[in-house]
Amino acid sequence: MSISESALWTEGLGKSFRLHLQGGLRIPVLADVDLAVKPGECVALSGPSGAGKSTLMRCLYGNYGAEQGRIWLRHQGAPVELTAADARATREIRRHTLGYVSQFLRVIPRVGALDIVAEPLIARGAAPDAARARARELLLRLNLPERLHHLPPATFSGGEQQRVNLARGFAPGYPLLLLDEPTASLDAANRAVVIGLIGEAKQAGAALIGIFHDVEVRDQVADRLFEVLPIQDAA
Amino acid sequence: MSAPLLEAKGLNLAFGAVRALDDVAIDIHPGEVVAIVGESGSGKSSLLRVLAGQMRPDAGTVLYRDPAGTAHPVHGMGEAALRRLMRTDWGFVHQNARDGLRMGVSAGGNVGERLMAIGARHYGGIREEATEWLKRVEIDPARIDHLPRTFSGGMQQRLQIARTLVTRPRLVFMDEPTGGLDVSVQARLLDLIRALVADLGIAVLLVTHDIAAARLLAHRILVMRRGQVVEHGLTDRVLDDPQHPYTQLLVASVLAA
Ligand SMILES: Nc1ncnc2c1ncn2[C@@H]1O[C@H](COP(=O)(O)OP(=O)(O)OP(=O)(O)O)[C@@H](O)[C@H]1O
Ligand SMILES: Nc1ncnc2c1ncn2[C@@H]1O[C@H](COP(=O)(O)OP(=O)(O)OP(=O)(O)O)[C@@H](O)[C@H]1O
Ligand SMILES: [Mg+2]
Ligand SMILES: [Mg+2]
Repeated sequence: MSISESALWTEGLGKSFRLHLQGGLRIPVLADVDLAVKPGECVALSGPSGAGKSTLMRCLYGNYGAEQGRIWLRHQGAPVELTAADARATREIRRHTLGYVSQFLRVIPRVGALDIVAEPLIARGAAPDAARARARELLLRLNLPERLHHLPPATFSGGEQQRVNLARGFAPGYPLLLLDEPTASLDAANRAVVIGLIGEAKQAGAALIGIFHDVEVRDQVADRLFEVLPIQDAA
Repeated sequence: MSAPLLEAKGLNLAFGAVRALDDVAIDIHPGEVVAIVGESGSGKSSLLRVLAGQMRPDAGTVLYRDPAGTAHPVHGMGEAALRRLMRTDWGFVHQNARDGLRMGVSAGGNVGERLMAIGARHYGGIREEATEWLKRVEIDPARIDHLPRTFSGGMQQRLQIARTLVTRPRLVFMDEPTGGLDVSVQARLLDLIRALVADLGIAVLLVTHDIAAARLLAHRILVMRRGQVVEHGLTDRVLDDPQHPYTQLLVASVLAA
């Protein structure tokens, strides 16, 4: 695949953790990762538990610092090196280009579900009313009953929280979306909704990278697999 | 991208043998919330005081860029200009509300006074705006004529925030704004600060030793130890993938921040 068509690509990405509180113990996790994803494509990260799938995804979001190599992405039409972007530039990239749905919603005290979903839209300049309307539509599509929309999700069930998280991730229509086990705590009906949302995002030209433990979901959404191997096996 | 609002370089400050600031650089851009975290005595309050012009560094420069884009050296602009800045473009929220409030003046007066200092003259309008701000910080407007001394610690702190933000400053310095309050009151106050700051789009330099507060409020974090900035970056990167041994210790010592 030619790099120039990619929405995101890595060059020799490597990551280890140094645990200073454990006598400086070094845990190597990723080495020489060359991953590329095109617009309209969904790549599923596969590999055994502990291989480093979530670590890779967090590096791609700038949540973990890459140790070796580079991460590039297409941001507002131009290639930008995420690994060279400072905190402010990274925030800007996240605001407009790069979305991430984590496994668990990080709740903000006293902020209702609808506003949590609308927030990234407003941050990109949407009018508050339009943003809330879009948020409402997505929450309803994910079967979150209207009576919950104005409540802070702190007291929601795991599945309800995850649906708020998904609505927040899908609402802005990011050109690049990272999904860490988006369907893990969902029932069959909501899994189907998420499969539909992923399909529509691809149609709209978004590039997606996902971790799906549910093989059935994975087979329906992924165009190909990218294997993340535990580092000793990879060597 | 926009130019920084405040830009400091090479800051050094010693108290006898103690190096309170050891070659510190920091900048803050419009609308940015930056948290300064670190252990007691690491130099956080000293840094804030130097940046706000309240204390002169032994070496280094602090530049403030006004709305017209002109940069002014904070330590070379003179007392009067600095006082004017504190009344208009800047605000300071103290850990102890008593240091930021006028205890002998009513709640409404505390808020209204800041408006009058920037030229508001119409009594009815000032009172109306003060009422509005009391509501915003969740103080019953029926208490507008009460003295702050009759308020709880959390209410006093919220009043100080109303007094500071009513003039819509561009940059607010906060030194442990939730220190000394009990935990449930802290959470509510933090949430209030988060909402107001996002709404008004003001830049905030927040000194705190509360990692969860930094996580909630800040876009960026600087970690200080013994007068030095040992690590800085995007809030979630610093807290989820801390690099410096001291940052790892700091993050490990709090539960699920
Ligand atoms: N912040 C961190 N600090 C230290 N070690 C970490 C950190 N994050 C991940 N690791 C380590 O990196 C390795 C890979 O973890 P990761 O979560 O990426 O695996 P995974 O492939 O997503 O596994 P699973 O399928 O179980 O979710 C593990 O050994 C883990 O302990
Ligand atoms: N006016 C002063 N005279 C002498 N020493 C001072 C003075 N102000 C600060 N110091 C010293 O400078 C160092 C840094 O103090 P500072 O108040 O900046 O720390 P801090 O990080 O704000 O700590 P805390 O979290 O406890 O408020 C400390 O060792 C302190 O004792
Ligand atoms: Mg994982
Ligand atoms: Mg202090």
